[in-house]
Amino acid sequence: MTAQLDINQLLDELETGLRRILEERNVTEPAVIGIRTGGVWLADVLSKRLGIDQAFGELDISFYRDDFSRIGLNPRVKPSSLPFDTEGRDIILIDDVIMSGRTIRAAMNEIFDYGRPASIILATLIDLGARELPIQPDVAGRVLSLNAHQRVKLRGPDPLRIELQETGQ
Amino acid sequence: MSQTSNQSSPQLLITGGRLIDGEGREVENDALLIRDGRIAATGSQARSTDVDDTINAEGWVIAPGFVDLCCNLREPGNGQKGNIASETRAAAHGGFTTVCASPETSPVNDSGAVTHLIRDVAASRSPIRVLPIGAITRGLEGDLLSDMAGLRNAGCVAVGNGSRGVRNARILRRCMAYAQTFGLTVMFSPENQALAADGYAHDGLVTSRLGLLGIPEVAETAAVMEMLLLAEETGVRLHLSQLSCARSVEMLAEAQQRGIKVTADVAMHQLVFTEDALAGFDSRFHVRPPLRSESDRRALVAGVRDGVIAAIVSQHQPHDTAAKQAPLAATEPGLSTIESVLSLGLELVERDELALTDLVRALTTGPASVIGRTAGLGEGDMADLCLFDPTATWTADDSTLVSAGRHAPVIGRELPGVVRLTLVEGQKAWDALQV
Amino acid sequence: MTAHDPSPHHLQLTRDGQLRHFLTLDGLDRDLLTDILDTADSFIEVGERTIKKVPLLRGRTVVNLFFESSTRTRSTFELAAKRLSADVLNLDISTSATSKGESLSDTLLNLEAMASDMFVVRHSQSGAPHFIAESVTPGVAIINAGDGRHAHPTQAMLDMLTIRQHKQRFDGLKVAIVGDVLHSRVARSQIRALNVLGAEEVRVIAPGTLLPKDVESLGCTVEYDMEKGMKDLDVVIMLRLQKERMEGALLPSEREFYRLYGLNREKLALAHPECIVMHPGPINRGVEIESAVADGPQSVILNQVTNGIAIRMAVMSMAMGGQVAERQQKAERAKA
Repeated sequence: MTAQLDINQLLDELETGLRRILEERNVTEPAVIGIRTGGVWLADVLSKRLGIDQAFGELDISFYRDDFSRIGLNPRVKPSSLPFDTEGRDIILIDDVIMSGRTIRAAMNEIFDYGRPASIILATLIDLGARELPIQPDVAGRVLSLNAHQRVKLRGPDPLRIELQETGQ
Repeated sequence: MSQTSNQSSPQLLITGGRLIDGEGREVENDALLIRDGRIAATGSQARSTDVDDTINAEGWVIAPGFVDLCCNLREPGNGQKGNIASETRAAAHGGFTTVCASPETSPVNDSGAVTHLIRDVAASRSPIRVLPIGAITRGLEGDLLSDMAGLRNAGCVAVGNGSRGVRNARILRRCMAYAQTFGLTVMFSPENQALAADGYAHDGLVTSRLGLLGIPEVAETAAVMEMLLLAEETGVRLHLSQLSCARSVEMLAEAQQRGIKVTADVAMHQLVFTEDALAGFDSRFHVRPPLRSESDRRALVAGVRDGVIAAIVSQHQPHDTAAKQAPLAATEPGLSTIESVLSLGLELVERDELALTDLVRALTTGPASVIGRTAGLGEGDMADLCLFDPTATWTADDSTLVSAGRHAPVIGRELPGVVRLTLVEGQKAWDALQV
Repeated sequence: MTAHDPSPHHLQLTRDGQLRHFLTLDGLDRDLLTDILDTADSFIEVGERTIKKVPLLRGRTVVNLFFESSTRTRSTFELAAKRLSADVLNLDISTSATSKGESLSDTLLNLEAMASDMFVVRHSQSGAPHFIAESVTPGVAIINAGDGRHAHPTQAMLDMLTIRQHKQRFDGLKVAIVGDVLHSRVARSQIRALNVLGAEEVRVIAPGTLLPKDVESLGCTVEYDMEKGMKDLDVVIMLRLQKERMEGALLPSEREFYRLYGLNREKLALAHPECIVMHPGPINRGVEIESAVADGPQSVILNQVTNGIAIRMAVMSMAMGGQVAERQQKAERAKA
């Protein structure tokens, strides 16, 4: 299992996929945004790999989560930081894992509060399926399906590695 | 108080129990015979008589019935907060056989007519003895003298100004001089109004932290000093109601040593609680005088122990719920205490702060002597008795409290001391077995 | 013997330590106060966006209950609630209309029945928000917007945010609060906050008539002489002086007060050169503070407005979060 989750292999997949899409869509000056925490580490790595000089943005979606009424406010919220104007920009939005799609919904809502982007390309390192919203990544490093006792987590930032945990019995 | 019937003259025998008389002395005796409202015989003489009823008081304490110098019965009044029937029944539940009715009623008890009304209602609806205190100034306004001779003739045992102050020292001096003319005892709650101003809590640590408006200690001590000097000059018999400060106890002791005719009481809650009770803005503990510091509390307990403070009172102030349902400053002062006095006192005994005998003295002979009465367990004494089980427990809540006021000082926690039987002139005013 | 009553901090926190009311800083620990400041930092960033709104309190109703009018404070709470996407209802209820406890309770119960989720309460009596939280509407999150002389916890926290922005820390700081401490709910909350956050020294500087009894017990030292008291200060907070203080024989005159306790350039020069000057406003120029100081380089009085909105957003979202999470847990327990 660990062999299948070699981080560099997945990053290669992501990089290749992103390059292809950027070319297809004729995007020349994308702005990268990572979702805290794992997405930010990936945004850093991929910006370098793609040769994007523009500093990447960091998004903390705590204020946009839809489970506020169940768990209250995340006490560890940090300010989002987008060091560029999103209005009219082509955005690459990066997260480590996509599952229900709720995080991405929250992230897109937040991005729009900064200004209306021209387009958003969604890239995730791992796609676990189990979607609850009609949101799909444009490119994913790997599609995985886990059983009920398994959890996957990106650890980092240095070195980046993927941890597959067995929980429960 | 209910009329006693002389026709059948039933005889009641109480056996066993620990007897503590009004002086706080343990009495070696194993039986009391009650007949015609009095203690007719004691010991073996009592046992040899044929009786109608026998009460086994094994494990209980038998004491003279408690006497309360400060009780608000709320009648006459609008009845929301209680009435003579409800509050005297509550008093009987608390072991009291005599309560002095505060003049702070509506209308104020400043005339013989109101005094008669109180006595008439009490005669028909109260299971215990009610002795009115007359207002020393008209309407308790603190400006004009009331008809003190008329009040005395109607049955007032003392005159006072309730919890309210008198306008100034000149009027206070005249109140004392006039009361002295008729041999009336004057009862004053010492509080300098200018210094107390808008305050409602002890000016101390808690007040500073919570931003409450404080009543400084000097509001009481300055008034105590003034009253002691005026009592000395006028020769009146002065009773200081509800002391709250350590310094007041010191000044009182010193005045007594100099031979000034002065006595004093303290409310039971002052012996138990401190300013900390307000830390959570608990409006129940909005009382007047305010609960003060721990060192004040200790000095007050010592004052009772030494006999400098003659009496412990309930300062019972029943309220309707709305009176306490507001931000602290907007609530009315006072606790519904009369059913909890004994239990709170027994907690002091459990903590070795007060001897049981001191507690009994301060609830019986102490207050009785202030109004010229006695309280004893001897042959020929009035059969006003309180029989309580000091080890049994109860919990104050809506199901157990008799008073219309539900703001008892301790709610929902077990308290020691259950009154089993309260007898007034031999009649059962409270019988736990029949409740 | 302790009364059975819960202390305010139990009332304010859920079982797992989340805020559910915000009544006082008493009983809140350093971690929680730091969380409030950190969350406020995030909201400051929100205030810099094109759309200054987040959807946290969408569909929730916040009622501003001002029993004592204050347009300034009410506006910042209103703006904070709106930026959190809440529906806001402003009620200015004069104290005279509800001087009876009964009608206060009734008013609030009616509002609760209108599905209010949060009351922002300002009241002239100490402990009023506490009373509402404990006895009237325990299912509504209560935010204290100033009660009597007791507390003004959001004001104190916004001052803490301002201090942190300028000094980056609290450890080792020497802070003075100057003026009418006796009547000041702000000062009480500030003294508490500074103690919890670890300031080295909190000094109060005032004449004896404007200090509460045993003020040292709040966690401060007392200095009557302002010139001595300015020494080594990192922060000086000036309190507003109400004109009516002359009437109760608390002070002889504004002139004498200004001469002794007003902050001017000469006195400020006695403090640490980087000492910042704060004032919860509104300022009485020439009574507490000289204009040249209020508008001078060391003054941070204007920053305090931006921080005010962010702090209120933080506290409102945290308390609402605790309240709704607790509601949800209760509902789930009831089901199980």
